[in-house]
Amino acid sequence: MSDELKEKPVLKVENICKSFGKEEVLKSVSFELNKGEVLAIIGSSGGGKTTLLRCLNQLVIPDKGKITVNGDVIYDAELGKENEKNLRTKRLHFGLVFQQFNLFPQYNVFNNLTLAARLLAKENNKKNGGSAEDLKKEYARIDEEATKLLERVGLNEKMKSYPCELSGGQQQRVAIARALILHPDILCFDEPTSALDPELTGEVLRVIEGLKSADNTMVIVTHEMEFARRVASKIIFIADGVIEEMGTPEEVFDNPKSEKLRNFFSKSVEKI
Amino acid sequence: MFLEVTLQLLDGFKLTLLIFALTLIGALPLGLVITFGSMSKIKFIKGLTKGFVWVIRGTPLMLQIILVFYGPGLIFHTNGVGRLPAVIIAFIINYACYFSEIYRGGIESISQGQYEAGQVLGMTKTQIFFKIILAQVIKRILPPMGNEIITLVKDTSLARVVSCVELLKAAQDIVGLKAIIWPIFYIGAFYLLFTGVLTIVFGKIEKKLDYYKG
Repeated sequence: MSDELKEKPVLKVENICKSFGKEEVLKSVSFELNKGEVLAIIGSSGGGKTTLLRCLNQLVIPDKGKITVNGDVIYDAELGKENEKNLRTKRLHFGLVFQQFNLFPQYNVFNNLTLAARLLAKENNKKNGGSAEDLKKEYARIDEEATKLLERVGLNEKMKSYPCELSGGQQQRVAIARALILHPDILCFDEPTSALDPELTGEVLRVIEGLKSADNTMVIVTHEMEFARRVASKIIFIADGVIEEMGTPEEVFDNPKSEKLRNFFSKSVEKI
Repeated sequence: MFLEVTLQLLDGFKLTLLIFALTLIGALPLGLVITFGSMSKIKFIKGLTKGFVWVIRGTPLMLQIILVFYGPGLIFHTNGVGRLPAVIIAFIINYACYFSEIYRGGIESISQGQYEAGQVLGMTKTQIFFKIILAQVIKRILPPMGNEIITLVKDTSLARVVSCVELLKAAQDIVGLKAIIWPIFYIGAFYLLFTGVLTIVFGKIEKKLDYYKG
């Protein structure tokens, strides 16, 4: 695809700032992401990676800046505080997979996937004045999709299991399927393998890698450098709340320009 | 003699059961309302609720029963409520306050991640609470609730202070009237039986919720 034909960016983040008390966690962060791109955000702990991700999902409301998804303004500091209802709809542009999975323990795997989707279907049905029959059809469609998604993450035989009966890797794969069922424009991952035993990270990373397609736009905060290099089309290195370096994996990994990034890489290697 | 006493005591026991049941029906939901008040972001409501809970937990239930029964008459010179309604009102308010603190502990023990997971899945605050949080809270608070509810069984005996003839008062009346002492010890068996049943019921519920962890 030539540059002229490229559509407008799916995600546009402009000058996002966030402070917690006196601590400035994000200092004017801006970037853009096109459809089908995979962005990996790397950097040391406490650098603001997770906060940036949470700002996108509106779990943390930024102090300044603007976030746009597909032309829809998700957040604009100048427009003031959003009401709860709008916030909800806007959040649905994003999916989020947590470090700690956060599956609902009292529901089995299948219901973990369908719970929110069914509630939304019910709400929309009511709003559009649909019949009970329509809703039933919609539920059936959701159930079918849940089955397909579980197959996709390789867990269809665990459908009736409860989260406590699954390994961490399996739980995270369920969490990924749960995020996908709502068809977010952008799927975010917050250190998806950091809470896993080393031997379980592979299965989760493979699932994430398998999602890469022209349609799926993803933002991944990760400490897995090899994975970031392999999967991402764009890398952002954040340090002390600023985007220190941004570019393709080749640019960032092979020719790190800033001193901070070189230090970060040498420390990452030390760990091994 | 034994049968006659037993029958009289059973009459008292019926009232004990009634106080117990009505208190639970009123206090379980009212406690939740008080919990929301004490967790409110509005400082005024939070302060007011916390102050109220402090007063109720900080004074004897017996005193509260007396106040609800005699208070309206003394202050407003009205007829006030009857003996049993006064007892029920005092019990519901008192137990709702204790329950509210147990609920609060349970709600605050649920990880923030559960709320956030609900939020990113587009759920409303109400949906998150009733579809995700509540079931987990119930599981966690079962042991302390069992404790409190068993205490309630025995606290019903305080109703005698306004001459409600519940189990203990019934026994005392027999003791006074017939000049025999054993009925007062005999009622211990009633309480034991009742709390025994409750213990088994709570054990069953806990077991039923054992299918998941968290």
